[in-house]
Amino acid sequence: MAERTLPPQQHTDDEVETYVYLCTSCPLGCRLEVDAIDGDVIEVRGNSCKRGIRYGKQEHLDPRRAVSTTVWLHGGPCERLPVRSAEPVPKDEVRAFVAALQGLVVEAPVEFGAVLLTDVAGTGIDLVATREIPAPREPATVG
Amino acid sequence: MPITAQPRHLLSRYDVTIVGAGPAGLAAAVGARDQGAERILMVDRDPAPGGILLQCIHSGFGLHTFKKDVTGPEYAHLALEQVVERDVDVLTNTYVTDVSRDLRVKLMSPEAGISTVDTASLVIATGARERTRAAIKIPGQRPAGVMTAGLAQKMVNLHGYLPGRRAVILGSGDIGLIMARRLTLEGVEVLGVFELLPYASGLGRNVVQCLHDYDIPLHLSTTVVDVHGHQRVEKVTVAPVDDDRVPQLDKAWDIECDTLLLSIGLIPDAELARQLELQLDPRTGGPIVSSTMETSMPGVFSAGNNLHINDLADWVSMEAEVAGAAAGDLALGRHRARQDVTVTPGRNVNYVVPHTLSTERSQTVSFRVKEPIYGDTMLHLGDVYQRKVRAVVPPEMVTIKVSPKLLDGFAGDTLRVDAIPAEEEER
Amino acid sequence: MSDDRVRDVLIIGGGAVGATLARALSRFHLDVVLLERQAEVAFGVSKANSGIVHSAMHASPDTLKGKLEYPGNLGWRRLQDELGFGLNNVGEVLVALDDEQLVKIEQIRQQGIRKGIPGTQAWTAERTLDAQPNLTRDVKGAVWAPTACVFNPYEAVMLVADAARRNGVTIAEEQRVIAIDPPDVEDPDAPLTVRTETDVWRGRFVVNAAGLFADDIAELAGVLDFDIFPRKGEEYLLDKRLSGIVTSIIFPCPSPISKGTLVNPTVDGTIMVGPTAQTVDDKYDTSTTEEGAAQVFANARKLVPAISERDIIAEFAGLRPVSDTEDFIVGPTERRGFINAAGIQSPGLTGAPALAELLVDILADEGLELEEKTDWDPTARHPVKFAHLSTEEQQALARSDPRFAQLVCRCEIITEAEIRDAMDRGAHTLDGLKFRTRAGMGRCQGGFCTWGCMQLLAEHQGIPIPEVTKRGTGSWIVCDRDDHPVTTARSDATTVRTGG
Repeated sequence: MAERTLPPQQHTDDEVETYVYLCTSCPLGCRLEVDAIDGDVIEVRGNSCKRGIRYGKQEHLDPRRAVSTTVWLHGGPCERLPVRSAEPVPKDEVRAFVAALQGLVVEAPVEFGAVLLTDVAGTGIDLVATREIPAPREPATVG
Repeated sequence: MPITAQPRHLLSRYDVTIVGAGPAGLAAAVGARDQGAERILMVDRDPAPGGILLQCIHSGFGLHTFKKDVTGPEYAHLALEQVVERDVDVLTNTYVTDVSRDLRVKLMSPEAGISTVDTASLVIATGARERTRAAIKIPGQRPAGVMTAGLAQKMVNLHGYLPGRRAVILGSGDIGLIMARRLTLEGVEVLGVFELLPYASGLGRNVVQCLHDYDIPLHLSTTVVDVHGHQRVEKVTVAPVDDDRVPQLDKAWDIECDTLLLSIGLIPDAELARQLELQLDPRTGGPIVSSTMETSMPGVFSAGNNLHINDLADWVSMEAEVAGAAAGDLALGRHRARQDVTVTPGRNVNYVVPHTLSTERSQTVSFRVKEPIYGDTMLHLGDVYQRKVRAVVPPEMVTIKVSPKLLDGFAGDTLRVDAIPAEEEER
Repeated sequence: MSDDRVRDVLIIGGGAVGATLARALSRFHLDVVLLERQAEVAFGVSKANSGIVHSAMHASPDTLKGKLEYPGNLGWRRLQDELGFGLNNVGEVLVALDDEQLVKIEQIRQQGIRKGIPGTQAWTAERTLDAQPNLTRDVKGAVWAPTACVFNPYEAVMLVADAARRNGVTIAEEQRVIAIDPPDVEDPDAPLTVRTETDVWRGRFVVNAAGLFADDIAELAGVLDFDIFPRKGEEYLLDKRLSGIVTSIIFPCPSPISKGTLVNPTVDGTIMVGPTAQTVDDKYDTSTTEEGAAQVFANARKLVPAISERDIIAEFAGLRPVSDTEDFIVGPTERRGFINAAGIQSPGLTGAPALAELLVDILADEGLELEEKTDWDPTARHPVKFAHLSTEEQQALARSDPRFAQLVCRCEIITEAEIRDAMDRGAHTLDGLKFRTRAGMGRCQGGFCTWGCMQLLAEHQGIPIPEVTKRGTGSWIVCDRDDHPVTTARSDATTVRTGG
């Protein structure tokens, strides 16, 4: 069940490139073939439902990933603080995003959801803390 | 909103004691309190509540429970908020080393020493442990550098150490897939993920986002047949397996590496269950339970990975809340739901939890299939229920809500769960 | 670490023989150094075997190994009393599955009687099955030998070595001997100079207790006239849920080369099956194999049909240092002061305490003066086994030291206080802790306690975590990230403080 996204255009076959993606919308895991020219999606094949088409387009045109990692933590119950990107990051900027965090040290206390860095690696996306860390030497110990 | 981890006074008797403050324990506490239980004690061996969630720093949690996509630590925080609102005693850095048959719980911690509390009901929410090398008998030397993926995850995500520099991962379960990505982002070379089965045992989303995204090869129907190195891993030998899962050694090849991570499955942590001599289901490795997660010993409940290995924390919370509520009900002397029907795994079903159903209350039946069906699938609960789903795969849990109405008029004592390709039925 | 001093005795090898000898010598006013190749004592042959103190029936009294068997058995029991390691006197049931075997096992029993082994009995099939109901119904009869015991050889040898150390013996680890200077032609009574990778040691006497490498050491001393070849034995440990399936060591009727596959109830409550007996080329080959497993389980099931691979929780392989005479090679050599204690295969572990006394006599004959210490105390404070204590005893300990209330190993219930005690007794690697306390040997195989043990080791030795090893140099467990804040320049580290 393919769907055309543009009106049929005249184009030679060697301008069209076909990309393969594994759809993750449901357990079927359809093997999607996405035809594209110059970054525009022409056709999605191999899907079993509309979700597959949406996924195929998104994955091809603007694949994004939620990035989660850790940074150094001083004064907490363990050595690393879990963090994540405030929004999904463009897939090809993920490594730069993580690399920009090398050497970063966060001091306790840390508020849940606190913004630790803004515009990481020029993505315009912030880094937030995913764990609450109380101030050191408080009687309470909770994460 | 820090909570006091050590209660001011440890009571001598509790209504409900919950062993483990991971996602199951936290949800059980909510369930128990909301049913009216007053004295609730939750105990966890780690310095902070959250259980395994604290090291699962990736997202994908909470889509069902909180209607958002959050990371493990965030899920733990949100679950803990609900517990804090309900004024539950939480003891951290504390072990439960023993529970007697009359539910006297023995606690150990440096702050509180060794003490006992009595409890009217007990919820075991101690999670799972990882299968080790011995479980699959990998031949070869025993150097440093062979580690389970979960332990590596703890080292990397909590403590900031790397398990090595060049890693091979055996097992395509979710932990292995997640660690393939994690290690790559931390500068470790991940040479490949090797899976005995002909399909990945983790979620498809993880295959894409952890392996495809990073060009990490996934070798299906392949396993590790030898480990080399005296002090530290120097290389491993891998080989494809045939249809009977027997390695074809003539096609083996070596991979130089310094680390072998094992992601070969989780097993319910059944230490307390064994101590209490609870009846265990050999298919799950966890206790046999009623529709309210009560085990073969009255007053003792089980939930979460301790009961059966789950794929999503969300299912754990749902199940544990039921267990906690029932534990609360029991402590308050309320009527137990009558268990009228036995549920058994049928065609293509690996196991079913719970093991009995009640005609008096609603309950959720959870199960996993044995073999994948990549197409329309009919799920059956005896003759009383059926549903068509798009596909079923072993890594993903399937649930069926069973209300009293559904069982209305059912006169038998056993219902079987089947998962059959739809096209087979249509013929 | 070493210096110019001429010691009285250098012992090369910190296994069962070296350790028992060191302790025996510690009774006297002597300067003794125990040199161990690996990171800790008992890390060689002594840690990887069936852990049996034999009944002493099996080995012929015409051999040295046969003569030392029973005195060694008694020696271990005395040591257990003095030092407090686990040792269970479970006895041996030597099983016959046909008439020919019935004759053979009775011959063994008679040999035992000639050797003075007390209490052996010939049992009928009925009596045998009564005592051990999980044995195969094919059993025709058995010999019962109550003198046999099981123990954890690593635990015992480590405690013996530590007892020697507390009585003045120097234990030097990671000392691989690479050369022994040739004799001084001018001075035949000159001390021997032993060179390791890092140090130089001098001693009036050198005892070669180097296990698998005893022939290499003899060659370095210029007196090689025997061969040691490794014979591998694979062993498999089965889940504690099988505890009680047998309550004595079950022996098959032996063949000429091997005692066969045993079913053995360890002191820890696990069941051990094995060993195999396979000559290998490589003195470092401790790999387990598919074929070995298949053989062990096939054989074990002939004795106890319920044994299954499904219950495996751990496996390992040890190497027996077999000499070309198939007997021990013990005694002085053409090199003055150089004494051999080589080829110590089964029942070498059993015989070790008696062999130690024999070596003391040999050394005395060779000129070592033995002046007894008046204050030598054979006993040592027994290690605490918290898991085996009553709740009241545990509470009392925890009140005196809160580190007894801090669990490190959840599977085996081992406390921080016990880990610290093990470190005081010489553990400085993860395996050293494992072998002294059992931390890491339970169902989760270290999945939970590894981190806690590593922290304690790092703190005790004042080293960073990446320098903590599994079993010595090269066996690091984790490594540092590239951006450790301590090692990066201050200006590279961006510090963020957020409102809490």
